[in-house]
Amino acid sequence: MEMPTVAVEQVWAWLAEVPDPEIPVISVVDLGIVRDVSIDEDTGECVVTITPTYSGCPAMQVIAEDVDAALRAKGLTRVRIASRLSPAWTTDWMSAAGKAALSGYGIAPPRQQVIDISALSKGHSATGSATFSRHAIQQPQVDCPHCGSRHTRLTSQFGSTPCKALYQCLDCREPFDYFKCH
Amino acid sequence: MQSTMDTRQAKFEYLLRQGDNALILSQQLSQLCGKGPALEEDMALTNVALDLLGQTRMWLTYAGELEGQGRDEDRLAYLRDVRAFRNCLLLEQPNGDYAQVMVRQFLFDTWHYFLMRGLLTSSDPRIAEIAEKSIKEVTYHLRRSADLVVRLGDGSELSHAKMQAAVDELWTYAGEMFLYDEADQAMVAQGVAPAPEAMRAAFLQHVADVFEEATLRMPSPDAYMQRGGKQGLHGERLGYILAEMQFLQRAYPGAEW
Repeated sequence: MEMPTVAVEQVWAWLAEVPDPEIPVISVVDLGIVRDVSIDEDTGECVVTITPTYSGCPAMQVIAEDVDAALRAKGLTRVRIASRLSPAWTTDWMSAAGKAALSGYGIAPPRQQVIDISALSKGHSATGSATFSRHAIQQPQVDCPHCGSRHTRLTSQFGSTPCKALYQCLDCREPFDYFKCH
Repeated sequence: MQSTMDTRQAKFEYLLRQGDNALILSQQLSQLCGKGPALEEDMALTNVALDLLGQTRMWLTYAGELEGQGRDEDRLAYLRDVRAFRNCLLLEQPNGDYAQVMVRQFLFDTWHYFLMRGLLTSSDPRIAEIAEKSIKEVTYHLRRSADLVVRLGDGSELSHAKMQAAVDELWTYAGEMFLYDEADQAMVAQGVAPAPEAMRAAFLQHVADVFEEATLRMPSPDAYMQRGGKQGLHGERLGYILAEMQFLQRAYPGAEW
């Protein structure tokens, strides 16, 4: 049987149309969880490598199924979804377009990365005296996605999904989700 | 434990311990779903439970693959009996009141955080990857539990008294993690796991710092510490936890959904 030839770029473009199941305004590509796309020249198999957001996120299974279904709908017959843990997903991989879409949807986008993994591992092995301070992690400046006010407060460190926290705007008084930096 | 334990067996034990700690605490926190003292706390408990369940899957999947007997994460979680579980005794302590829930969480989170930091540089790349994935979540957990220990410890007279009682009750379970047996020592010797001394010092320092801020009295680090969970010697309560957690697979073997 003749294999349909498809370019890797084309697959990326198709994946950019696959929405996140929890937050449908953002695609799995914008979310930064698609880490690699490759096509085996001999077999024609398309391998999409994804990485989990949170280790227990129940959306990951749905995302894998959605990606598989979307590519098969485009005519690919050999599709495999692979998983990769390292480097661990960070919200820094979210695209600017994705962050803008989140904001338009009423979810404040992530600000800056909180945890520098490489610094943590170096600090530990070099000095042998690791420390932790709850005060060392600064609260990010989170702007209200509704009215743009910078005057907001954290109401709950956890929200409706593992990736979100709850905030309230102190000007327009609206509660809103904040996509935690991770 | 026999002195003939080979490397693979030691690593299998080590992986089960990590997976079972996360699994049993996750199960206990899940039992509080809908029962949190405030909506924010209810969401936090279940979110932490979810993170820990995800981490459990990574540990137990690896354990099953290493063992090579065809046991996957589900078989390890649902079809082992009490004596085959390797969680520390701290994690099977009852939910009790909210002070007990938070002190148990804080002691675990502090140890968990420093362990994951140590495992970032594990000589086993797959363990290092799991640690890298977990530490971001664990950092968030620890920040929250440390915050709450301070708020409740340095809170009202009643909340302070309950927190101090919980600390005094649970302290005897705060040492088992640092009591290394043959399996742990084998992992240290191979660079897979961090040595206990520096981790224990970091743990005690952080607990002391937070307790001081929380106006809580820290019991002696040299107090007698309960042990046995890592070797499968558990209290009565773990059987009840498993009875609920494993019910479906015991009653309907092989059921899937």
